[in-house]
Amino acid sequence: MEDIIPDKKLDIRGLHCPYTFVRSKLAIEAMNVGEVLEILLDFAEASNSIPKSMQDHGHKVLDVARINEKEWVILVRKDKD
Amino acid sequence: MEFTEEQIMRYSRHIILPEVGGKGQAKINSAKVFLIGAGGLGCPVGYFLTAAGVGKIAIVDDDNVELSNLQRQIAHNVNTIGMPKVDSVKATFNALNPDVEIVPLKLRLNCDNIMDLIKDYDVVVDGSDNFPTRYMVNDACVLLGKPLVSGAVLRFEGQVTTIIPGVGHCYRCLFEEMPPEGMVPSCQEAGVLGVLPGIIGGLQAMEVLKLIIGKGDLLKESLLLFDGLKMTFRKVKVPKNPDCPVCGKNPTITKLGEYAANYCSMVKSTPPLTTH
Repeated sequence: MEDIIPDKKLDIRGLHCPYTFVRSKLAIEAMNVGEVLEILLDFAEASNSIPKSMQDHGHKVLDVARINEKEWVILVRKDKD
Repeated sequence: MEFTEEQIMRYSRHIILPEVGGKGQAKINSAKVFLIGAGGLGCPVGYFLTAAGVGKIAIVDDDNVELSNLQRQIAHNVNTIGMPKVDSVKATFNALNPDVEIVPLKLRLNCDNIMDLIKDYDVVVDGSDNFPTRYMVNDACVLLGKPLVSGAVLRFEGQVTTIIPGVGHCYRCLFEEMPPEGMVPSCQEAGVLGVLPGIIGGLQAMEVLKLIIGKGDLLKESLLLFDGLKMTFRKVKVPKNPDCPVCGKNPTITKLGEYAANYCSMVKSTPPLTTH
């Protein structure tokens, strides 16, 4: 997965539900189909809920990685306009 | 459209809906809605559309607030008794959401002013309390091709329908002519359980928002009937009448002025019903 270069990076560290998803959703809406969004977050619950909601909204979750004790990086490809 | 931090928080429960999202919310924020009546229906419709962040809401009513209104007209209060209803609701709506532009119009709609007043709005909502206005609003919307969300309440029963001119039925396809005076009890005679216009107005607001975001099924070829005593909803198919005098193939009503001498004098002479 290291070779995926995101088209846009979003840092939502410090945010809680539902703003973690609200921000992620607004970011991916503004992108083109096929582009990849990288989301950096530190709200543990969102590392499960954002991938699930992104899939429900028709996008492809490429990777969910815990990069240290408190932070996660999610890669999502926009599949649906 | 870029949202402010405050807008992202305020509209977050809209934005997370797949059917709305940021794009749908941006449509809501730039929509213009014209409300007819600041009474039982106009209060909840305007209140929810203001909460939703509709860009601009005009509201027309020529009455002042009375104590007897407060049992159901939830945007007025004891401190606004005696004030024009449109000013009373503007204060209430803007206290809820100051970003919404509320245009208060203290006047009575008639065939000379209606077309000009509604022409720049995206959707018209009928919450009027009398048949002449209801028919005039229908005809004006059909002539202008303007979507109309119509609602009515009486006692424990209400109805909602959405008129998309050129697509589905219009009010005259449903009821071609106005019932004769005296046949229909006014709300003053019949009463209305206070929560009923809240239910019907809520349904009207739902239709308006779906129209704006372009999602879901509208009541564009049907009439939704609610019976609060039996607690039932009934959705009735309403065919478009090819011989409808205003939206049919060969309409006899082609402008408001033509048939309107009698009609408009009725609108003007109808005593203001404040108990809708």
